[in-house]
Amino acid sequence: MYDFEYHKPSSVADAVKILAADPDARAISGGMTLLPALKLRLNKPTAVVDLSGIADLRGVKRDGNKIVIGALTKHYEVATSAEVKAAIPALAAMAASIGDTQVRNRGTMGGSVANNDPSADYPAALLALGATIQTDRRTISADDFFQGMFATALEAGELVTAIHIPVPEKAGYAKMRNPASRYSMAGVFVAKGPAGVRVAVNGAGNNGSYRHAGMEAALSANWSADAVAGIKVDPSDMNGDIHGSAEYRAHLVTVMAKRAVTNAG
Amino acid sequence: MPQVSLTVNGTKHTVEVEARTLLVELLREKLRLTGTHVGCDTSQCGACVVHMGGDSIKSCTILAVQCEGASVTTIEGLAAADGTLHPMQEAFREYHALQCGFCTPGMVMSAIDLVNKHPDGLSEKEIREGLEGNLCRCTGYHNIVKAIAAASDVMQGRTAELTPAAAE
Amino acid sequence: MNVVQPFEGIGASVRRKEDFRFLQGRGMYTDDINRPGQTHAFILRSPHAHATINGIDTAAAKAMPGVLAVFTSADMAGIGGLPCGWQIHNKDGSPMAEPKHPVLAEGKVRHVGDPVAVVVAETRAQARDAAEAIVVDYAPMPGVSTTEAAIAPGAPAVHDGVAGNLCYDWHIGDKAATEAAFAKAHKVVKFSTTNNRLVPNAMEPRSAIGEFDTMSGDYTLYTTSQNPHVIRLLMGAFVLSIPESKLRVVAPDVGGGFGSKIYHYAEEAIVTWASAKVKRPIKWTADRTESFMSDAHGRDHVSTAELALDAEGKILGLKVHTLANMGAYLSTFAPCVPTYLYATLLAGVYTTPVIYAEVKAVFTHTVPVDAYRGAGRPEATYLLERLMDVAAREIGMDRVEFRKKNFIPVDAFPYQTPVALQYDSGDYFSTLAEALKTADWAGFEARREAAKAKGKLRGIGISTYLEACGIAPSAVVGSLGARAGLYEVGTIRVHPTGSVTVLTGTHSHGQGHETTLAQLVADKLGVPIANVDIVHGDTAKVPFGMGTYGSRSLAVGGSAMDKAMDKIIAKGKRIAAHLMEASVEDVEFERGTFRVAGTDKTKSLTDISLTAYVPHNYPIEEIEPGLEETAFYDPKNFTYPGGCHIAEVEIDTETGKVSMVNFTAVDDVGRVINPMIVEGQVQGGVAQGIGQALLEAAVYDAEGQLISGSMMDYTMPRADDLAPVSVATHTTLCTHNPLGVKGCGEVGAIGSPPAVMNAVVDALRDFGVNHVEMPATPAKIWNIIHGHRLAAE
Repeated sequence: MYDFEYHKPSSVADAVKILAADPDARAISGGMTLLPALKLRLNKPTAVVDLSGIADLRGVKRDGNKIVIGALTKHYEVATSAEVKAAIPALAAMAASIGDTQVRNRGTMGGSVANNDPSADYPAALLALGATIQTDRRTISADDFFQGMFATALEAGELVTAIHIPVPEKAGYAKMRNPASRYSMAGVFVAKGPAGVRVAVNGAGNNGSYRHAGMEAALSANWSADAVAGIKVDPSDMNGDIHGSAEYRAHLVTVMAKRAVTNAG
Repeated sequence: MPQVSLTVNGTKHTVEVEARTLLVELLREKLRLTGTHVGCDTSQCGACVVHMGGDSIKSCTILAVQCEGASVTTIEGLAAADGTLHPMQEAFREYHALQCGFCTPGMVMSAIDLVNKHPDGLSEKEIREGLEGNLCRCTGYHNIVKAIAAASDVMQGRTAELTPAAAE
Repeated sequence: MNVVQPFEGIGASVRRKEDFRFLQGRGMYTDDINRPGQTHAFILRSPHAHATINGIDTAAAKAMPGVLAVFTSADMAGIGGLPCGWQIHNKDGSPMAEPKHPVLAEGKVRHVGDPVAVVVAETRAQARDAAEAIVVDYAPMPGVSTTEAAIAPGAPAVHDGVAGNLCYDWHIGDKAATEAAFAKAHKVVKFSTTNNRLVPNAMEPRSAIGEFDTMSGDYTLYTTSQNPHVIRLLMGAFVLSIPESKLRVVAPDVGGGFGSKIYHYAEEAIVTWASAKVKRPIKWTADRTESFMSDAHGRDHVSTAELALDAEGKILGLKVHTLANMGAYLSTFAPCVPTYLYATLLAGVYTTPVIYAEVKAVFTHTVPVDAYRGAGRPEATYLLERLMDVAAREIGMDRVEFRKKNFIPVDAFPYQTPVALQYDSGDYFSTLAEALKTADWAGFEARREAAKAKGKLRGIGISTYLEACGIAPSAVVGSLGARAGLYEVGTIRVHPTGSVTVLTGTHSHGQGHETTLAQLVADKLGVPIANVDIVHGDTAKVPFGMGTYGSRSLAVGGSAMDKAMDKIIAKGKRIAAHLMEASVEDVEFERGTFRVAGTDKTKSLTDISLTAYVPHNYPIEEIEPGLEETAFYDPKNFTYPGGCHIAEVEIDTETGKVSMVNFTAVDDVGRVINPMIVEGQVQGGVAQGIGQALLEAAVYDAEGQLISGSMMDYTMPRADDLAPVSVATHTTLCTHNPLGVKGCGEVGAIGSPPAVMNAVVDALRDFGVNHVEMPATPAKIWNIIHGHRLAAE
């Protein structure tokens, strides 16, 4: 990789200050996406701002009918959190399926959310669960936050600090992994919660994770795998590559939706 | 040049590195701990797995400077001072769970973390899934899976000694 | 002293000696070595599949921090091209097209990854930084990646002067007799298939360190090689013009090879040559992305086969036409893979009386293709064993019965095939019967029904295969175009106090030679394996050797050791006869003890070795002191391992995902020295075969861009992609080598792909599918099911 300056601020304010002063600086938390990109020299930041020294951004707590997860909470911590397992077992199970053990031991929820990789798991979960993303300066609903492939509502230098997730009545997740990379090539998170029935898709769409209105309507009327089984997803909205055509991914979205509902119970 | 202080296999080191230096580069090139290997550049193969604070991590996907104050264990730090192998190392030998040996250090480090995180033992399926982050091109994993199961029995006290591999 | 141990000889599952260092991070792989004053090289590679180089500007790179030198082909005048070790002749007797394979591109690049320039700098990062400052003026041209497109009229030419991109047009067998058999046939079954292109991906990336001794003028190359003597010969004689006496090649611990580390690669020549220019050692280590575009790939055949049958299902003849991709240049042994390692295997385990095969080898704008685990034999086995299933179905005969009907009978050995080989031994009925029993073939239909009840499609597939290992004898391979001998060398050095050092020309990169070869010594000389050291991989230590590939180490290298041990025993008997005042004819030897026959007079091997090195009471006029012997062994024939593999798979119809459920391998690898290691070799080979069948594919676009250029897109088998594999052996001895061994390194990768694919096709039998191309990815299977459903709707 190219060399860069390294900063390790101890507060959100300091981190934001450094990032604001240098538009080519990049924040790093777990580094599970940034470092592979840097190693392949796909990215040339002037500085890397390590957030791991900031206290209070890590941990899970229950706050009334919400689960609040600090941005620097690692996937493994989400997967094994007693609060998450009790309140949103589907989210814990999903976190336990991200990447591999070593990714889960380093990667953070905030990093994944801020990156909004189309084949990452969290964005679809947060869309389906109707979460709210808290940053250093404001709160943003998941619907507004995720704006297509690698695009979010974050301004330059704005940092995710926590994620607030309403506890759903039920939720479930299923994904088909890309055989080589093991990232999701079609994943569906379904939830029935305070904001109604919501269904979000990752990995398959040609513009990142998104909600599927047709499936939401069908499940609102009838919460069962059969309700989504007949819903055809439009291949023109899908990605295609050597691992599967758009038609295949469209088909998988329906299959994973069925399985997610089954998993939700 | 930035400086990083960390403990590796119980020994404290303070090393000057470029900010872009990866932990694995620090281990291999600065500390000459060449048991930790690099088999890919996409963070997939797991030949570089070490423990940091007890968790398995890929030392190719963390900057050395991110390890300030950390305690790192590598394959060189597993055996006892008197040379007694860790039960996982012993099991890999007994079950012929290695051939060329290149993936082995990372595989052993991952396997130990896997066992530690499953205090009640592991099914074959859990072991196979738990090795998602480690590639082996030689063994077909069959004997690795058996070795980990046998080592977990020793590490978690279900058997006092390693169960010998089946006789031919 | 040699102390009696538990039995460690032939047949014992001795735990491996080498594991202590590997398990403690003390292995010493090439990249682990750091030489004093070492610098680092980065190779700038072509991003284009095909382009003319109008100019290379290295000025800015040379001025970058830490840079010692930048070289292009313009700096390498007088350096030869990378040689090819095998010359094939066309049908008309003319030699194959053999265009130059430059070390660094000369005016043109011919595949993505073709080396263009090298930067030498103080650190690897500086070298890579500087390489980005090299300005190459490329004029890109259209490229071609598939054999079919490359031989089509008007295809872009890979090399000037190679018409139609045809490297050779070769054939084997009796065409007229085969046509006659087809004319009489009751039924002809035709089948076409592609053998998918693979990236070997040994876990250790290739690496090389060149070092020039300014005082002596000697060169040392440390390299990730399966055969250091071959590299010394090829690089010294053909590329750099360095005599063997001035060039040492060391292949230390090597992290897997699978064929990909046989070949002489450009980077080895570059670091060796450049180390004399910068007068400092130079290390180059590939990152995985480089491996994908610079390691020789494997397979990549397109074939059509026709099988002529009589009314009873007896095979009358076989015709095969194959296009084989050579890539952009001829890698070291590439030409022999689709010819003598492929078409000669097309009889398989069957009594096919006549065979005619023609093979066209074709240049394309892709990475060179060469031997990968199995090398030619998996291609032949896959074609034949899929064809057997297709034919059985077409004639309505049970696929097991159809195979048995055509098996070579047990009493027919030695068996001469119509495609040059003479099989020495085998018993295909027994391996089949044992595999059918282990896999519970008879109970399968119940499992199929049980799976169906869960909404899954289950299938079972079989492959009865044969392969050829330990390629030899030298005189024969020479007549077929090999530019090297294929013997092996072993030295047995019995030290004064009885410990033994073995020097072998074979090389271990995972096979466990340090244990298995020591067991041969324990068995024959009675020396405990703790006192036997196996030295390999260093041309300064080992007299000579041809290395390890083609499952040859034990059959050829072990046999050389055995011959050398015979010489040790013969000399020892003479010394013992003198000491015991007996006639040499009366001295017997067994596992470490010389005895005067019929008496209790004995001398241990240690007594003899001590006497040999301290010759006080010694017939010095008749016998030289010392106890060290070297033997060269040139086999009389190939060896012929074979067996039966059975795969059972289950398909998720909704996603198309194929899961391995069971795998059974019953192999005849000849005498088994270490059953544990043999089982491990088969396990690993089967995993690679399953990888080829279900997961792996090197995908190029039509123009030659590598789409699956990293493990993010090239599916490497993981633990959860595989299922437990049941391995057993059924032995018939090789009749022509002293150990009776046949070889076990490749059987797994050769027998398994057709077993898996036959199972996949069997699972899909209700869909009217008669073939699925490898790899059977979820998307491909879903397309098949989906296509069927659309048709049915």
